[in-house]
Amino acid sequence: MTKNIILTGLGIFVLAVLSPFWFNMVTTTQAKPSPELLGKAKTEKKCVLDKYDMRANHMSLLDEWRDSVVRDADRMYTSANGKSFNMSLSTGENSCLGCHEDKAKFCDSCHTYASVRPYCWDCHTNPKEIE
Amino acid sequence: MNQKYLIPLTAVFLLFLVAYTGVEGAGLQWFFGFVFPYVALVIFVAGFVYKVLGWAASAVPFRIPTTCGQQKSLPWIKQNAIDNPSTSMGVVVRMILEIFLFRSLFRNTKAAFNKNVSNRLSYSWEIFLWLGALAFHYAFLVVILRHFRFFTSPVPSCLQFLEKLDGIVQLGLPGIFLSGVVLLAATLFLLARRIFDAKVTYISQAADYFPLFLIIAIAATGIAMRYFTKVDIIGIKTLTMGLATFSYVIPEGVGGLFYAHLFLVSILFIYFPMSKLMHMGGIFLSPTRNMANNTRMKRHINPWNYDVDIHTYEQYEDHFREKMIEAGLPVDKKE
Repeated sequence: MTKNIILTGLGIFVLAVLSPFWFNMVTTTQAKPSPELLGKAKTEKKCVLDKYDMRANHMSLLDEWRDSVVRDADRMYTSANGKSFNMSLSTGENSCLGCHEDKAKFCDSCHTYASVRPYCWDCHTNPKEIE
Repeated sequence: MNQKYLIPLTAVFLLFLVAYTGVEGAGLQWFFGFVFPYVALVIFVAGFVYKVLGWAASAVPFRIPTTCGQQKSLPWIKQNAIDNPSTSMGVVVRMILEIFLFRSLFRNTKAAFNKNVSNRLSYSWEIFLWLGALAFHYAFLVVILRHFRFFTSPVPSCLQFLEKLDGIVQLGLPGIFLSGVVLLAATLFLLARRIFDAKVTYISQAADYFPLFLIIAIAATGIAMRYFTKVDIIGIKTLTMGLATFSYVIPEGVGGLFYAHLFLVSILFIYFPMSKLMHMGGIFLSPTRNMANNTRMKRHINPWNYDVDIHTYEQYEDHFREKMIEAGLPVDKKE
């Protein structure tokens, strides 16, 4: 009797430990995303920071921008390559989404894959969605 | 300085350096990122099963529950059905409370001399070990569950909900996860307890410090990657998804810190079945907790009792009857 209970528990534990393997066998696995540069971003080719820095630190940059805009009303950002940018996520041509036109294909593809849910969109709207 | 914690500390540093330099210097990504995690997992599962089967095969001849309350007695005496269970239902409740709330640690006491003139030895309730242990175990559980986001794609909504709860304070970007902070703080507290409390230092061995240092290093490297040095998370997820689907993927641009983190986790997996960490399986099998105290209601026969060759009085009398009659001793059967 007790032997059976122990073996059942042990079986459940081993199944739980090996769950990454069988879970991916019984469900269809989404492949790695490849974020697309579309529209303006494709021709511009120059972002606020260089590609790898942007990939790692875009969230910190946006955090600093938010504080700068909301607290100091300072909306101009001059990047290391000498270009000036309007500190805005979604308003106007010179904002993040003004250049990276497709939020779903640019922002969301990686965020969804890595299960990151930025709270940007709790307040901001995607301009494409309003039209 | 105490070698009982210096040796494990050095060992964890060396293990970190082995993976870091192995990847950064020797380019052994294939080993630390693909081969070794599988080796660790096989050793972990096989070792865990071996240990539990060994315990399951051990004889438990006696009922030895620790009794922490009134046992079942006369009908007008109130029984403590959980702390001194007489039924399997009571045992189940007791085990659930022990596993999820660590009640035996909650009762922890400390012995110390009174600080006044009397200077008497007295025992007082000491709750901080229980608090630290509870914080550590639950934080570690949440951290492990959260890591399933690297092994599932799309990530199940229950995991996303857990991440949402864990990141509920929305502090900074990337948003802080409470479990990571609590995990590091709790392990540091448990380590400080071992180092600074003289009575605990005295009974602490290298095997007590090593897992603490290892988990601290794992938490620290994880936190460093998420909040400070930053890593290519998409690249890392292609590697971990490759591990989960048995395909060899080594992404470019993922540095030694990630491989060091993965290597330390693999070491934890290997170390697990051969160490005190096996209390994870052992708590379910502790005879002082998982047995009902019903020795006065049921007869429990020792399973390895053999038939003892006994010599009854009848046999004795048959043997010596004539001599007994001759000597005038009384006998049951006259002939």
